[in-house]
Amino acid sequence: MTEKIGVYVCHCGSNIAGVVDVEDVAKWAAEKLGHQGVVVARDYKFMCSSLGQELIEKDIKELGLTRVVVAACSPHLHEKTFRIAAQNAGLNPYLVELASIREQVSWVHTDKAVATAKSKAVVSGAVSRVIENAPLDEIKVPINPNTLVVGGGIAGIQSALEIANAGFHVYLVEREPSIGGHMAQFDKTFPTLDCSACILTPRMVEAGTHPNITLLTWSEVVNVAGYVGNFNVTIKKKARFINEELCTGCGICQEKCPKKVIDDVYEAGLGYRKAVYTPFAQAVPNFPVMDKENCIYFEKGTCKACEKFCPTNAIDFNQQDELINIDVGNIVLATGYDLFDARRVSNYGYGRLPNVFTSLEFERLSNAAGPTTGNIVLRDGKTVPKSVGIIHCVGSRDRNFNNYCSVICCMQGLKFAHLVHERTGATVYNFYIDMRTAYKAYDEFYQRVLEEGTLFVRGKVAEVTDAARYSNERGKLIIQTEDTLAGKQRRIPVDMVILSSGLEPRHDAREVGKLFGISCSMDGWFTEKHPKLDPVSTMTEGIYIVGCAQGPKDIPSSVAQGAAASARVLDKILQKEVALEPIKATVNKEMCSGCRICNGLCPFNAIAFLADDNVSEINPALCQGCGTCVAACPAGAISGTGFSNEQIIAQIDGLLMRNLEPVEA
Amino acid sequence: MTDQFEPTIIGFTCNWCSYRASDLAGTARMKYAPNVRLIRLMCSGRLDPTFVLRALSEGADGVMITGCHPGECHYIEQNYKALRRFLLLRRVLTGLGIEPGRVKLVWASAAEGARFASETTTFVEEIRKLGPLNWGKDDDGPQTADDGKSSIVHGQEMEVPA
Repeated sequence: MTEKIGVYVCHCGSNIAGVVDVEDVAKWAAEKLGHQGVVVARDYKFMCSSLGQELIEKDIKELGLTRVVVAACSPHLHEKTFRIAAQNAGLNPYLVELASIREQVSWVHTDKAVATAKSKAVVSGAVSRVIENAPLDEIKVPINPNTLVVGGGIAGIQSALEIANAGFHVYLVEREPSIGGHMAQFDKTFPTLDCSACILTPRMVEAGTHPNITLLTWSEVVNVAGYVGNFNVTIKKKARFINEELCTGCGICQEKCPKKVIDDVYEAGLGYRKAVYTPFAQAVPNFPVMDKENCIYFEKGTCKACEKFCPTNAIDFNQQDELINIDVGNIVLATGYDLFDARRVSNYGYGRLPNVFTSLEFERLSNAAGPTTGNIVLRDGKTVPKSVGIIHCVGSRDRNFNNYCSVICCMQGLKFAHLVHERTGATVYNFYIDMRTAYKAYDEFYQRVLEEGTLFVRGKVAEVTDAARYSNERGKLIIQTEDTLAGKQRRIPVDMVILSSGLEPRHDAREVGKLFGISCSMDGWFTEKHPKLDPVSTMTEGIYIVGCAQGPKDIPSSVAQGAAASARVLDKILQKEVALEPIKATVNKEMCSGCRICNGLCPFNAIAFLADDNVSEINPALCQGCGTCVAACPAGAISGTGFSNEQIIAQIDGLLMRNLEPVEA
Repeated sequence: MTDQFEPTIIGFTCNWCSYRASDLAGTARMKYAPNVRLIRLMCSGRLDPTFVLRALSEGADGVMITGCHPGECHYIEQNYKALRRFLLLRRVLTGLGIEPGRVKLVWASAAEGARFASETTTFVEEIRKLGPLNWGKDDDGPQTADDGKSSIVHGQEMEVPA
């Protein structure tokens, strides 16, 4: 059958037309590609506008076009737009091809003649390819209304609550014994100085008691299979050694436990917990866990003090890890961040000089429920500092560590300055390189801290040392810095140094990304679908990223993202079914020799070998359409829809202009 | 136009990383050599080595294969399979008397528009040094101008390492 192809060249205002002679491209396509079936070629100011789409729809109907090529922007932006337009006019949406002459030509090249020539090649490639396109039907699959939220910090809690409140079931998985995340470690939150626990714990309780939320703490996701709407997830519920049915959360086991352990997680190493513990008083759920690594019974086989004193016989030393299998339709990842390890900036002395603190340590120090009941004191546990230096951008905006800005550290440094000032009356210095106080009421907070008398020194701190040169420096920590506003070198002796450390992706973010099939940026944060217009979706449909797992952000932004992802999830659930891309591989059994090369190549176990027939078969529900098996099949028995050999080879020939009408040399 | 040899290069990109890197290069208005024409595949693992041979025989002077960084594949590990094929393909090309340098593998994540742009420009320079391939010159297709530079000595490349 001869195809009737329409070619539509977009000006994109001046984005394309400023560099590419679009009229010439359209004219050329009509003339030189006519033998391939191009019956009409038009240029238009904005093809993606409703008028531009109407133009295409009208041609499809009136000229009976069987294929459409739109030379415009990247298919990642408007492929869907034009597919829908074709569908509206009664043409199968997969008979439309986009030729990217904006991202691939006009935006990256300057010479008009060269750009126009390249545009012609790109259009020619698309025309050749579209002839080989086959009409495809989207595969509709039902959406399981249950949702999995991974990570019980504020972003995950918000996300879970939004979905649960809308009436759908949520599994909230948290690897620590309690939800709450980093926010539960803070005393005050900037800029309102809200008590963190006062605003967080009601949310935690709500999540813990919500009839639509199954809370799985002390649990980790170990396997994810399936695809949007139909994920099958395996969760390892680690043994708590506490029978949750019997435990009342009275806390006697913790009192009686003789083993004290430094709490590296919740207390940031500043305080102790027992071997059987709840991380903090308001923990949700309020059942303790037994830390097997440190429990005397597990170490030596004796003790069992907790068991003896438990009034409800809830201690169960025989408990085993449990694997739970759940089916969900959507997954929200709220796995959060790790604090930058300040030891890596060795010249700031953290880990070596006792009175250098990290930001999380200071949060615990200033927390009324923390190890010092909110008294800001030096590492000796009693001396109140008379002067405090807060160093910004530790591990952030630093080529040696992380290039990016960690967003929260300026405001956090200002909050620390205020708290130190309020509670100790000490002189506070903030050492900053740029003050970033964007967003509502943030700069006002900066002004307030300025008025309180906090001193600000602009310049990157070179060193924190205890090597005194002058008598007033003896016994102090000296901050050596350049004051770039005054143009001076300064040595400022202080009693305490707080490092406003940056945020880093979770240490295992890459493995987690792999588990869920999403990618990480070079810095290690999960990659969103679009940095501006789709910041909570990922390239894997049905998987969303919120909070600091996506990038550094403060509490309001984390909450907003948590809610945003829930809106996406609810949208999916309410549609009841989702259309999957029909890009799948299929085996032609007539041609398959049963060599099984493809079987081992598929990472999704979508290819099964049918021993009786001596052929392989692909399960379309599991196939993700990567096409590796298609490329590998020595018999050419596997074909990949949407990216068939014929399509790709035609595009190669088209791009190389092998499809032109033979003309005079 | 100068007399400088302008190679024609076919680039294969994966839908998830490197095609997005090329999009990002565009969005960021990074300038790079215009000689590469791209074909989008779902994954670098989809690249059938015969596509490369087809491109070279139909007039391309070089082929650039791009994919996600190892460990970042949207399909978990298929770019490793592309890497294996690429290494084998280079050997085959050597055997055919084609400089293996005409085929290049570039890893570029969606965030690496700058890398995509600079690697493209570098590759164009490399191919420019190798000169035109003219593999399909006996064909009577339209793009077969022989400028007499096709006699390339392949002696060194003919020696396939054990």
